[in-house]
Amino acid sequence: MGMSIAEKILARHCGRRSVEPGTFVEARVDIALGNDITAPLAIEEFRKAGGKKVFDPDRVVLVPDHFTPNKDINSAEQCQILRSFAREQGLSHYYEVGRAGIEHALLPEEGIVLPGELIIGADSHTCTYGALGTFACGVGSTDLAFAMLTGKCWFRVPETIKLVYKGKLNKWVSGKDLILYTIGDMGVDGALYKVMEFSGPVISRLSMADRLTVCNMAVEAGAKCGIIEPDEKTIEYVEGRAERPYEIVHGEKGVHYKKVIEYDCSQIEPQVAFPPLPSNTRAISRVGEIQIDQVVIGSCTNGRIEDLRIGAQILKGRRVHPRVRLIVIPATQRVYRQALKERLIEIFVDSGAVVSPPTCGPCLGGHMGVLAEGERALATTNRNFIGRMGHPQSEVYLSNPAIAAASAIAGKIAGPESGK
Amino acid sequence: MQIKARAYKFGDNISTDDIIPARYLNISDPKELARHCMESIDKEFVRKLSRTSIGGYCIVAGKNFGCGSSREHAPLAIREAGISCVIAESFARIFFRNAINIGLPILESKRASRRIDSGDEIVIDLSRGRITNLSKKENYKVQPFPEFLQQIIDAGGLMNYAKQKVKTS
Repeated sequence: MGMSIAEKILARHCGRRSVEPGTFVEARVDIALGNDITAPLAIEEFRKAGGKKVFDPDRVVLVPDHFTPNKDINSAEQCQILRSFAREQGLSHYYEVGRAGIEHALLPEEGIVLPGELIIGADSHTCTYGALGTFACGVGSTDLAFAMLTGKCWFRVPETIKLVYKGKLNKWVSGKDLILYTIGDMGVDGALYKVMEFSGPVISRLSMADRLTVCNMAVEAGAKCGIIEPDEKTIEYVEGRAERPYEIVHGEKGVHYKKVIEYDCSQIEPQVAFPPLPSNTRAISRVGEIQIDQVVIGSCTNGRIEDLRIGAQILKGRRVHPRVRLIVIPATQRVYRQALKERLIEIFVDSGAVVSPPTCGPCLGGHMGVLAEGERALATTNRNFIGRMGHPQSEVYLSNPAIAAASAIAGKIAGPESGK
Repeated sequence: MQIKARAYKFGDNISTDDIIPARYLNISDPKELARHCMESIDKEFVRKLSRTSIGGYCIVAGKNFGCGSSREHAPLAIREAGISCVIAESFARIFFRNAINIGLPILESKRASRRIDSGDEIVIDLSRGRITNLSKKENYKVQPFPEFLQQIIDAGGLMNYAKQKVKTS
């Protein structure tokens, strides 16, 4: 029986010839990541366990991105803990405001996470890196502390579900719509404890940006990882960025998948997830009349340059609806710089949008666009749980950047073709 | 080890945003976090916990408990709020490992999750993997943890386990 990509990467990282689903292993991690919310707890645990030096100062990555630029005194103090620790330990990957960005956009962009590697991050959207053919999963602060100390992490080898996307993508349907549709079909626990292996001709044709979006939301179906077999596009993306040598890992023949699910993409329209779960999806044509107060284009899901280009394409020469606040958040400084160069920022500002510095900010109701009681937002982010963006009686709807931009103009949830 | 507690029931897909909203994540003091546990979905939760005659409360929930963010603040807030154990039909995977890693007892049992009602008096035998519902006079069997996880649990969490391993190696 052959091993899936995920199993093969795990086996290589625990020094075994093969691993089988259900087995517990302690595996070597290539990168251990933390942010301003999860790292302070990890640093405390690291010290309590008598930790003096991290296992490798080049492989512990700290990115203060959630409540930065510091939103209040408490947040400032949490960032201070990261900063002091990074200096004390001589970490080569600590990213200060102005040189940082949202961790899951930043790490692939900087070539810090690479194909065939095993990455853990004390952030649930660490699964984003699966787009590079990486075994990457979210863990907690204590896991991060353990990894900083030992360079290892425990895993139960997960079963793999293979998802095959066929057919032709309809206009305005993006990676975001494929993953929302899939979560809508499987449910928020449809892939619980499992790996989602995204494959098929449609995935092969997707850009790296779209692939990152797809893998980003695997956790929203309960998955441990999302993963895509590396191809020429992956290599083209990684070449010139990779900060160390890496080895591409392919799946073997004859893998025993837990399940194989096929989707005919010609049947998939742009999707909108209704609150309070990412699985409450509807096709845009079936959304009905939903007025909105705020639109957010950004996040680790959809804050890359490709996403901003789509938003700007729709907003060019048009105005944001008087009742709507549009917040655009380039995910990293590099994305911000590129958006300036391509004059996308100008288009956003001219349309009546505000452009925020890179931050997770409103996605988790932190800052830069928190909702009041009764307010409703459409966002390109990844979660629409109760109170996610602010008041417990506010609502979040999820969509791709094209729907978000078109809705900001319309003042209600709308497709890009409406109102033109 | 036995735990005696009164059941406090929640539904399916309780997210870590429900357990501890992100607006409180600019702090990591478990005592402060505990004061806001579940407040977005049940304002009375923390207040009600302080009023019980028996050994405190355990949470009994449905499917996918603890879904969403990886924040360890969630199991910390639950533990610090005085919850002795969480029983659910299933757990989201990061919450599951976080609970094991910090030593918060958790048990997966579909039948217990379906049968137990809020207010039922429960006895949980962690070592024998059995839940007894005193109010309904029923027993529910629980799958024992795999040996590897049991070692972490027995050590009192992952960092204690790490310390023990360093000592013995």
